[in-house]
Amino acid sequence: MKRNARLYVPLAVFVVIVGFGYAGFELNDPRQLPSALLEKPFPEFSAPLLAEAPGQQQALVTREALLGAPVLVNVWATWCVTCKAEHAELMRIARETGLRIVGVNYKDSPRAALRWLADYGDPYEFTLQDSDGSLGVELGVYGAPESFLLDANGIIVYKRVGDINPVIWEREILPVLGRLEVLMLQPGVNT
Amino acid sequence: MIVRCLGALVLLAGSAVWAATPVDVYQFPDADTEARYRGLIAEFRCPLCLNTNLAGSDAPIAQDLRRTVHRLLVQDGASDAAVRHFLQERYGDFVLYDPPLRWDTALLWLGPALFLALGVWALLRVLRQPALPPLEPEQRDELQRLLDEP
Repeated sequence: MKRNARLYVPLAVFVVIVGFGYAGFELNDPRQLPSALLEKPFPEFSAPLLAEAPGQQQALVTREALLGAPVLVNVWATWCVTCKAEHAELMRIARETGLRIVGVNYKDSPRAALRWLADYGDPYEFTLQDSDGSLGVELGVYGAPESFLLDANGIIVYKRVGDINPVIWEREILPVLGRLEVLMLQPGVNT
Repeated sequence: MIVRCLGALVLLAGSAVWAATPVDVYQFPDADTEARYRGLIAEFRCPLCLNTNLAGSDAPIAQDLRRTVHRLLVQDGASDAAVRHFLQERYGDFVLYDPPLRWDTALLWLGPALFLALGVWALLRVLRQPALPPLEPEQRDELQRLLDEP
C-alpha cells in the first residue's frame, strides 16, 4: 500500500505546478499596478482649474472640493487615445446617473483640452489642470486614462487603470457604488 | 581621408549612445546630493516599463519621477528613506526592486530556500537508500539464462 501511495507523488507535484500556472495566467496584466492608494484618503492637493491663459489669476482647487458625495476622478489627456474611447461612456454616466465626475487634465495643452471638451462634450463638474504631472505623481498615476472613485469622505474606494467602459461600469463601479450607498444608509459605519 | 571617416564614425557612435540615454539637466548643491540622486533613481523601477529603472527609462512618467526625486532631495532636503517612502506610498511595491518581507511576500523571499530544502531532502533520500542485497546463486543463474536468451 505504501509503495502504491508513493506512485502518486509525481502526480501531486504535477497538479501543484499546473495550479501555479493556472493562477499565474489568471493574474491581471503585469502592467496593471495594484493601487497603493486604495482604501486610503485622496491626497491633499492644490491645483488650478483648466483655463487657457497661463498668467490668468486662477482659483486653486483643493481636496475639499471632492468631499460630500461620491465622485469619480478621471485623469485624461488629449494625447491619450483610450481617453477618447472612454469619453462617450463618461458622457453617458454624467447624463444618466447622478455620479459626480471630476476631470484631471494630465500633462496636456490647456488649449487642446478646452477644444476637446467643446468638440466632444464636457462630462466633468470641473476639470483640474495638471500641466507638469505633479498632481499625477501625488496620485500614483503612470499613464492615462486612470480613474479613482472616492466616497463622500474622500477615501479612494476603487481605482481603474485604463478606460471606463459599459462593462467596467456594470461589473466594477456599480457594485462599489451600491456598497457605498449601503454604508451611507447606516449612520456611523462610514465615519 | 580614412582618418576623417573614422573620426566621423566615432562621433556618430558617440551621438548614438547619448541619444539612447535619458539626460536631465539638474543642478545639485553638492556632489554628495548628486550621488544620492543617482543612487535613488537607479534603485527604483519605472512604473510604466516592466523592467527598467528610473535612471534608464525615457518614459514621461520616469522623467516626472526623476524630477520629483530631485525636488524632494534638493528643495525639501528629504532623506533617502523619506524618498523611498514617498514613492512606495504612491506607486506601491511595484517600484521597488527590493520588496519588503511581509506575509504576502513571504513565498517570494522564502520560496528559494524552501525549494533548496526540498531538493536536499530528496537527494538525501536517494543517497541513503540501502544497497541491494547480493543475488542468491540460483537467482544469478536465472539472470544469466535470461541474458543469454536469443
